[in-house]
Amino acid sequence: MEDSTKMDATHHAFNSTQAVGKQVFGKIPGRIAEIHLVSSHPEVYEPCDDSFALVDALLADRTNLLEHRPMLCMEVGCGSGYVITSLALMLGQEANGLYYLATDINPHAARVTTETLEVHGVHAEVISTDIALGLEKRLTGLVDVMVVNPPYVPTPECEVGGAGITSAWAGGENGRSVIDKILPVADSLLSENGWLYMVTVVSNNPSQICAQMWEKGFASRIAVQRSTEEESLHVIKFWRDLDRLAEAKAAAATTRTISSKIIESVLSQFPSSHFGAVTAMTIDDHFKGVYILILNACYGFFKIFLLHLIYLR
Amino acid sequence: MRLLTHNMLSSNIKGVSSGFPLRIEVEKVVEKQVEMNADFLRNMFPKIEWKAFAYAAKALGYSDLPEEADSSQLNSQDFLQKFHHALLELHLEEGVLICPETGRRFPVNRGIPNMLLHEDEV
Ligand SMILES: C[S@@+](CC[C@H](N)C(=O)[O-])C[C@H]1O[C@@H](n2cnc3c(N)ncnc32)[C@H](O)[C@@H]1O
Repeated sequence: MEDSTKMDATHHAFNSTQAVGKQVFGKIPGRIAEIHLVSSHPEVYEPCDDSFALVDALLADRTNLLEHRPMLCMEVGCGSGYVITSLALMLGQEANGLYYLATDINPHAARVTTETLEVHGVHAEVISTDIALGLEKRLTGLVDVMVVNPPYVPTPECEVGGAGITSAWAGGENGRSVIDKILPVADSLLSENGWLYMVTVVSNNPSQICAQMWEKGFASRIAVQRSTEEESLHVIKFWRDLDRLAEAKAAAATTRTISSKIIESVLSQFPSSHFGAVTAMTIDDHFKGVYILILNACYGFFKIFLLHLIYLR
Repeated sequence: MRLLTHNMLSSNIKGVSSGFPLRIEVEKVVEKQVEMNADFLRNMFPKIEWKAFAYAAKALGYSDLPEEADSSQLNSQDFLQKFHHALLELHLEEGVLICPETGRRFPVNRGIPNMLLHEDEV
């Protein structure tokens, strides 16, 4: 049992190492939930590529997470419990000073999560609720780490939040309905040093999500990028970074100094779905890059226009 | 459901002003021992609404907590032990949480509070 656990964890670590480049090699990650022990129910979302990508992102960031010394960790939309169980196994329990909360709008999921936690010998407080309803007043500013694998699939709006399994993936227009409700809640619940890990797909317009979070004072980076046959997944890590807000203001005044490297990388990354491969660069840098790109393009056109004028004379 | 969680929950039905603390109706309480972490307790202490906490502990049958507490007590091993026990070792396994203003009942089954609202309550 112990051995197979290690195998499992190593296997995942290998995957995540591939996904995030050179970030974590050599650091043995902690255990994660064992897939054959994860409880299930016909109306509860089974761990899937998105769940694995999220856990891999957490594993890859485990050392940072441990150094971050979170006290309160929370998952919104816990489904089978695979992710919150893995997080608890990775970071430790009460003796290490950690407390876990998990919510799901589907009461079956809440029950299944408790079972998954139990067979792994860890505990999280599970609550059946809509995002964090009932917690929003008293939990404000107390959550150090939030993890979310939301329903992100673009669907008709009427499928969102219904009973049963559909609400596990139904994300409404651009798959953003539930995500857009979660983001302000994350902003209010996260502590001063709060971190958020969230799964998105390309149709959610992740760069726009990052821009929105940037305005709330969060920096972001792509922690894991995965392409499957159906979708291209990104796990994005957001962290409150007030310094960067000031920095951004200062940078706005000196945009011209930003290196052409960034522009190049933006050029090479954006047209394809692989822009996640650049993990060291924060996404706001991408935005700056694009902005400059547009400015440069305008400038280019203007030059051509001027030359034309001269030539025509 | 642990009492730390109870301390973080409130009723948020449309029109309710504070909705805190939720009253507790107990059917079944379980105790599970966990290792104490004094730093966690010290960090958590200022976030706890003590009156609500002491009330909840009493509701679950534990009346060794003082009615009031201040941070100077965190130096006492005896106090920490009691705080730890009530905060993390007592679980409301079956019962009901009741909105103090409307009387709306939120069931707790298998330790999971159900805070979901009906459409007309949101
Ligand atoms: C894609 S599944 C992820 C499940 C699990 N976290 C995993 O990674 O395998 C999304 C989960 O979010 C839950 N969910 C959907 N809308 C929600 C809401 N408004 N509040 C809380 N949970 C919600 C669904 O019931 C489902 O369990």
